[in-house]
Amino acid sequence: MKEINDLALQTVQEKAKLLRQDIIRMLGQSGSGHTGGSLSAADIVACLYFWEMNVDAANPGWEDRDRFVLSKGHGAPVLYAALAEKGFFPREQLATLRKLGSPLQGHPDMRKLSGVEASTGSLGQGISWAVGMAMAARLDNRNHRIYTLLGDGELEEGLVWEAVMAAGYHHLDQLLAIVDYNGLQIDGRLSDVMSPEPIADKFRAFNWNVLEIDGHDCRQIMEAFNAARQIKGAPTAIVAHTVKGKGCSFMENRVEWHGTAPNQEQMEKARVELGK
Amino acid sequence: MEKQATRDAYGKALAELGELHQDVVVLDADLSKSTKTADFAKAFPERFINAGIAEQNMIGMAAGLAASGKVVFASSFAMFAAGRAFEIVRNSLAYTRLNVKICATHAGITVGEDGGSHQSVEDIALMRSLPNMTVEVPADGSSARLALHALYDRPGPAYLRLGRPSVPTIYPADMDYEIGRAIELRSGKDATLIGCGIMVARCLEAAEQLSRQGIELSVVDMHTIKPLDEEMIIRKARETGAILTAEEHSIIGGLGSAVCETVCAHYPVPVFRMGLNDVFGQSGSPEELMQYYGLTTDKIMENIQLLLKTK
Ligand SMILES: Cc1ncc(C[n+]2csc(CCOP(=O)(O)OP(=O)(O)O)c2C)c(N)n1
Ligand SMILES: [Mg+2]
Repeated sequence: MKEINDLALQTVQEKAKLLRQDIIRMLGQSGSGHTGGSLSAADIVACLYFWEMNVDAANPGWEDRDRFVLSKGHGAPVLYAALAEKGFFPREQLATLRKLGSPLQGHPDMRKLSGVEASTGSLGQGISWAVGMAMAARLDNRNHRIYTLLGDGELEEGLVWEAVMAAGYHHLDQLLAIVDYNGLQIDGRLSDVMSPEPIADKFRAFNWNVLEIDGHDCRQIMEAFNAARQIKGAPTAIVAHTVKGKGCSFMENRVEWHGTAPNQEQMEKARVELGK
Repeated sequence: MEKQATRDAYGKALAELGELHQDVVVLDADLSKSTKTADFAKAFPERFINAGIAEQNMIGMAAGLAASGKVVFASSFAMFAAGRAFEIVRNSLAYTRLNVKICATHAGITVGEDGGSHQSVEDIALMRSLPNMTVEVPADGSSARLALHALYDRPGPAYLRLGRPSVPTIYPADMDYEIGRAIELRSGKDATLIGCGIMVARCLEAAEQLSRQGIELSVVDMHTIKPLDEEMIIRKARETGAILTAEEHSIIGGLGSAVCETVCAHYPVPVFRMGLNDVFGQSGSPEELMQYYGLTTDKIMENIQLLLKTK
């Protein structure tokens, strides 16, 4: 059990703020990309990379590292911001997001960018990779953990539930899946499009351990990570209640910010709200 | 010059079809604003079903609706409609000859910044390999609209390949459009350019420029990849003795392959295939990517010079 002291909490909160600032800057510079879902995941990703996971930028292929698979690959900006801050590549490269020849592709590409564990973007596939990675860890008698982040809309893909079924059946307790439960997909609210709800009950039915938390409360996120480590014999799902666009009031809970990048004026407005 | 994206023309035409025919049902997979089925959804909400982010189930449901007498138009990005759902398209639609039209937008590299994971450069090959499947790749908005109406009138499974960016309007709204009949846009004796989709306008431009240098090219819009207008291909092979194909797709399995198969079997002549040379796409602006992968008017002109040397 890792202790959650004030310093740890303050650190992840500051990192989450930095990730949000980077996300806005990167997307503003690229002129296209997915703003809402990057911002909703910022606290979760900050807690993963700056508290929970064991990774080493100097040794990205280290066999005992923890793995993170961004199953909702369109959230690439939040992952890139975290990897840059971790030192996997120079921060200046963030400015090349989505540009021709950049290793920072529109969706994460493991063959182009250090620190990216899986090439995702086609929804539903990342969690299958994560299940395979957890199986490999067990086969090799290694203790590292596998983390994957899914969108709530992504849960509509049948492949997700094939993976969830397999992980439950195989008792993969090294696997942790986090759902970014922001209630929105592209065409509207989950409840108006094709809802996968109730979400927690579905994971339970597939023999997972389930925790429900506020996905913007870093203490709750860290406590859930701690709790998940104690569970043996079953994978854990964290259903994290979030707000799409979190941190920029004019983007929060607005479906039109799913796949829109901020213009100059909106970048300024966001900068005022996010600081820096 | 007027411009329109083929997906925009599709969205408008779909709403027209809904007005004309009560049996039209439209499905989408959480991309209705991008695929433009949103126009239909707004006009006929009771005949629009959002499958959510579940392309395989969308195609499966389409089969059930079609088996119950509906004429189904199902849309998503080409990557997911043709790629993700492929085996369901194969067994539930093509094997069964059900009346479902897969209308896939954001095909090819002009998806742009989303990158290689979203750029379908193999969908023509996949769809063309299926018995019973009709495959249409319209070059502009006018022909996209007419292709959609023609597909309604032609029972059976079909794949309509549409693009994201605006493209020059080549045809008048009242053109003659027939599935399976290629359109000869220009007649010249030195070689033939056969294109589909976004490449047709570029072929025309290249032919016009080369004509000023005394090279006279034929230009054919091969909007139907299946059933292929073999008669046109054989006649142009005979008349001009060399063919260049151009498509926003892999050179493996698409238009270029289809043309090669035909000339090899019936009237062998040199064929130069332009397309993606067995590589995936990447992030970049649509036009930057067209440059990077050599799908430009200039490249067509360059390659024609090479082709003419082999004649
Ligand atoms: C297989 C597949 N189908 C469709 C898409 C297009 N798409 C990208 S993001 C998205 C909506 C995702 O919603 P959600 O999972 O809730 O993500 P978030 O709200 O966290 O951004 C869709 C439909 C895709 N990337 N992959
Ligand atoms: Mg969501």
